[in-house]
Amino acid sequence: MTTEKSPEIPSELYKQGPVVHQPVFIDGSSVEIPELKILHQDGTIYPDADMPEIDEAHAIKIYKTLAFHRVLDERMVASQRQGRLSFYMAALGEEAASVGGAAGLEPQDMIMTQYREQGALMYRGFSLENFMNQLFSNEKDLGKGRQMPIHYGSKALNYLTVSSPLGTQIPQATGYAYGQKVQGIDAVTMCYFGEGAASEGDFHAGLNMAAVQEAPVIFFCRNNGYAISTPADEQFKGNGIASRGVGYGIKTIRVDGNDILAVLKATQIARAYALEENAPVLIEAMSYRLGAHSTSDDPSGYRTREEEEKWQANDPILRMKNWILAQGWWDEEQDNTLFEGLREEVLAAVKVSEKINKPHIDTLITDVYDEPTSQLKAQLEEVKAHVNKYPEAYPFTAGKF
Amino acid sequence: MAQMNLLHAINNALDIAMAENDRTVCFGEDVGHFGGVFRATSGLQDKYGKTRCFNTPLVEQGIIGFANGLAAQGSVAIAEIQFADYIFPAFDQIVNESAKFRYRSGNEFDVGKLTIRTPYGGGIAGGLYHSQSPEAYFAHTPGLKIVVPRNPYQAKGLLLASIRDDNPVVFFEPKRLYRASVGEVPEEDYQLPLGKAEVVQEGSDITLLAWGAQMEINEKAAELAANDGISCEVVDLRTILPWDIETVCQSVMKTGRLLVSQEAPLTAGFASEIAATVQSECFLHLESPIARVCGLDTPYPLALEKEYISDHLKVYEAIKASVNY
Repeated sequence: MTTEKSPEIPSELYKQGPVVHQPVFIDGSSVEIPELKILHQDGTIYPDADMPEIDEAHAIKIYKTLAFHRVLDERMVASQRQGRLSFYMAALGEEAASVGGAAGLEPQDMIMTQYREQGALMYRGFSLENFMNQLFSNEKDLGKGRQMPIHYGSKALNYLTVSSPLGTQIPQATGYAYGQKVQGIDAVTMCYFGEGAASEGDFHAGLNMAAVQEAPVIFFCRNNGYAISTPADEQFKGNGIASRGVGYGIKTIRVDGNDILAVLKATQIARAYALEENAPVLIEAMSYRLGAHSTSDDPSGYRTREEEEKWQANDPILRMKNWILAQGWWDEEQDNTLFEGLREEVLAAVKVSEKINKPHIDTLITDVYDEPTSQLKAQLEEVKAHVNKYPEAYPFTAGKF
Repeated sequence: MAQMNLLHAINNALDIAMAENDRTVCFGEDVGHFGGVFRATSGLQDKYGKTRCFNTPLVEQGIIGFANGLAAQGSVAIAEIQFADYIFPAFDQIVNESAKFRYRSGNEFDVGKLTIRTPYGGGIAGGLYHSQSPEAYFAHTPGLKIVVPRNPYQAKGLLLASIRDDNPVVFFEPKRLYRASVGEVPEEDYQLPLGKAEVVQEGSDITLLAWGAQMEINEKAAELAANDGISCEVVDLRTILPWDIETVCQSVMKTGRLLVSQEAPLTAGFASEIAATVQSECFLHLESPIARVCGLDTPYPLALEKEYISDHLKVYEAIKASVNY
């Protein structure tokens, strides 16, 4: 082994290693990936831990968001089972990733999600009514009843509307962040996705372009172990998603995704770095999808109770509760009152939203273009005439135009 | 007025768009310092800086994904796909994202400020992968606008209109005409309307409809037919989506006959959509079946390109067949 350098290779790009004269493979184990943990499950802090910026008010806001998330998910899965709702996706056991990430941002930062990050939108203050109206695709839904349940979005809250295709938001986040940079706005883009979506070509496209185009975007991978039924070890062979960040030349950090303080800390330092350096950051949050993929899925067909129980002992919400109890910022009575109150509110909201009318028939053709074309107007008139002819077959719109 | 070829006209339109709004950004493969493989973005990086005109990595789905995000953010995003043959890795971003951005969000978000420029079409000995005309794939996607200019004057006016239109536009540039088509182009700013066909030459016996590079084929065939005493009305569709049914049908009701020619293969091409609509709107005015003169239902060939393409002689024969039906 010598330290001789090859003159023809630009070293600023290739960060030359030693020249060798016997072939040597490198592999994933050549890079050791540390995992940030700050909070024990019992609510104590690791002795040498570097704490995030957090005070009592912020901590209570985060905890209340987590509680709302848990209750909404429980109630809506139950509503789906009762046949009141067509579909739902819970984030049981991994709520800290979305809520903690949003809590590390500023309101002007754009959040782009995959679909299981309703916690970020809750943290931003999306109202219970707005959640319900989207879930029941009624006329008050901001998305005008056009997408399946859980496809939330809000311009006012800088939360891009969810789209079902996996990973498409990743290069979009790069472009959005690039625009923020070009216009000199004090904002970053946060882009959530799962470890399964990271197999899509858009993952490669988005991360490589963010590095090359120097975009202030935070890529936040929720590694929850499963893509529907496919476990992570059938999704990739490398050292998780974090190992890939190195290949793209992106600052990367792996955190315990069930540790709200570790998620918050990582997001805070990622945001500061992205803004200061005009560069992307990759966060990989290690967690576990305790619930089903969706209400259309049954995990008992592909994993064991024992495996799930191990992760139930890692509940991120209980972990945070233990911490705020120890801080003296919270007590059990407040906790009971909070959860009971939320359950009642959600049940009451279901009863209101499920009765609200479906969107007006005219919204069939709006927003395809900025203005409906003459062809679309003609098609709508045909549909209306048809609905009037057979009103009993079209109860949502008949007699309402 | 200046003499410009089609590339100069496009470059001039991009220059105007970038000068008027510092939020306008142009990017794609080799688009930066080099000015694009066809030089459509020549000089723009020098003039507006590397932040606003730049090279991207070789990743079409990334270019359009990036462009969608940039446009949603409020920037004017002008993305180049180097050849329309290579647009397919970006198909998902265009069809599932650009086209549905506004609709699926209930107008909370949109990518109206997105324009995708891409050279299309054959006649340059480019074989399978430098010759395709994929407009029909995109025409099946509500939410997109699809525009194809036929000459430098049209290219500048339609491109400026596409950039400023508040909907995502795929702008197909006839690369065979990039340098071959030269004409008078005003140096100042102007726009031509989207969604409007243009009657280029009035006639009474048959309507010849096309778009882009196929327009000069139809014009040449119309000259041959004129020698036989056949009067052709030549119409340029200009915008494929949403298309100008009214102008086309008015012309067909006058002439009683329609011929549509396209470079793309026959089956499920946009000519088929036009034929279906016109027969339904103009049934009692038609004197003969609607003729489609198209490429064969094969991949685009190389050595036998001349045989494959819908050239002026094939159009001429189809005109005579229609008139003598």
